[in-house]
Amino acid sequence: MQYHTATSYENAVELAQAAKGTIRFLAGGTDVLVQLRGDFVTPDVLIDIKQIPGAADIQWLADGSWQIGAAVSGAQLYEHEALKTEWPGLVEAMNLIGSTQVQGRATLSGNLCNGSPAADSVPAMLAADVSVTIIGPDGQRQVPVGAIPRGPGQTTLKQGEVISSVNIPAQSATGADAYLRFIPRTEMDIAVVGCAVNLSLDGPEITAAKVAIGAVAPTARAVDSAANAIVGTTLDDAALTALADAVREACDPIDDKRGTIEYRTHVAGVLAQRAAKIAYQRARSKS
Amino acid sequence: MSKIHVSTTVNGDDVEFLCDPRETLLDCLRDKLHLTGAKEGCGTGDCGACSVTLDDRLVCSCLVLGAEAEGKSISTVEGMAEGESLHPLQQKFIEYAALQCGVCTPGILVATKSLLDKNPDPTESEVRYWLAGNLCRCTGYDKIIRAIMDTAADLREAS
Repeated sequence: MQYHTATSYENAVELAQAAKGTIRFLAGGTDVLVQLRGDFVTPDVLIDIKQIPGAADIQWLADGSWQIGAAVSGAQLYEHEALKTEWPGLVEAMNLIGSTQVQGRATLSGNLCNGSPAADSVPAMLAADVSVTIIGPDGQRQVPVGAIPRGPGQTTLKQGEVISSVNIPAQSATGADAYLRFIPRTEMDIAVVGCAVNLSLDGPEITAAKVAIGAVAPTARAVDSAANAIVGTTLDDAALTALADAVREACDPIDDKRGTIEYRTHVAGVLAQRAAKIAYQRARSKS
Repeated sequence: MSKIHVSTTVNGDDVEFLCDPRETLLDCLRDKLHLTGAKEGCGTGDCGACSVTLDDRLVCSCLVLGAEAEGKSISTVEGMAEGESLHPLQQKFIEYAALQCGVCTPGILVATKSLLDKNPDPTESEVRYWLAGNLCRCTGYDKIIRAIMDTAADLREAS
């Protein structure tokens, strides 16, 4: 295995294009190193992107949006008070991954690129309408997070393409998000079900919403019908019932020792209701 | 396969080593620098026995490549005591018998010091969550937590 330290994203792409065999980009390494050490994936070429200028920076842009460098760790997000205030659900979701030690290294972009259907940050990024900037042999492009996962362990990224930043839009002045996951333990586990809700209000009425679910389908997915079930409501009981029904309808989970299909589907509806209530409460307290 | 030359700082000392690109920081600390305090428990970032700080950030050294240490500052359990005098956390762990086999202890000490450096007055819940990635199969954790809460109180009083 060769190890390279890229000096720029363009350099990282050049190194990848010149490489033969399996390539991995190294940011936090909390998945790549486990795969390497466990002999699941032994890259021929490993390209470290952490030294690239700006890769570890969080930028709050003038229009209120955020640019998160590809090597920014979960701990950095959690320590950023303004980001936590604007996007508490997204930061919570990232912060649920692994231990303090893992948080010191793990990144949003890595969580996305690892392709796990149970990745906690991905539903939260879907609900927040996050996009990623991709740099590759054909130049630079921006795609929504939902376009990246293809299936368990697979992404739509092409050979030599690397994510340079995670772009979070400006949160609405009357908006808030929340993420909840279910695990059998209290800490350090992989989601059996995850659900993120992002919504904005006009007074008590929901004017816009996004709902996304994780670990209940081959990829995390946004559920438009679930969002539509609560838009135009004040999150009354009827809206909550319609929300849970729509989420359950969108579930297509596996059956395994950690949760049956029936159980995961049921819990997804419950989590959606609870996450919606939290997001609603957070948004109400802003106005 | 050519080796990578790495210059880094460990516990304040400048050190250099040659490593294979696949070797982890944990391998390099133990096998090249002979700092065997950090232990390999799981090798997959689940147990925390290999905890060190990398530029003041708590990490599992089994999930860091040796090559990534270039130009960084690393602290291990070997850097906690000053000569013969133990760090207050180490002293208190002995008083409370907060260890049995001792394999998890270096990682727990490093992780706890990292918490107290950031937050000198943590709640018990904060300590337990901070250490959720440090597994101990002997003590049942209670003595560890009590030793930490007591040390934190002493350090606050002393400062």
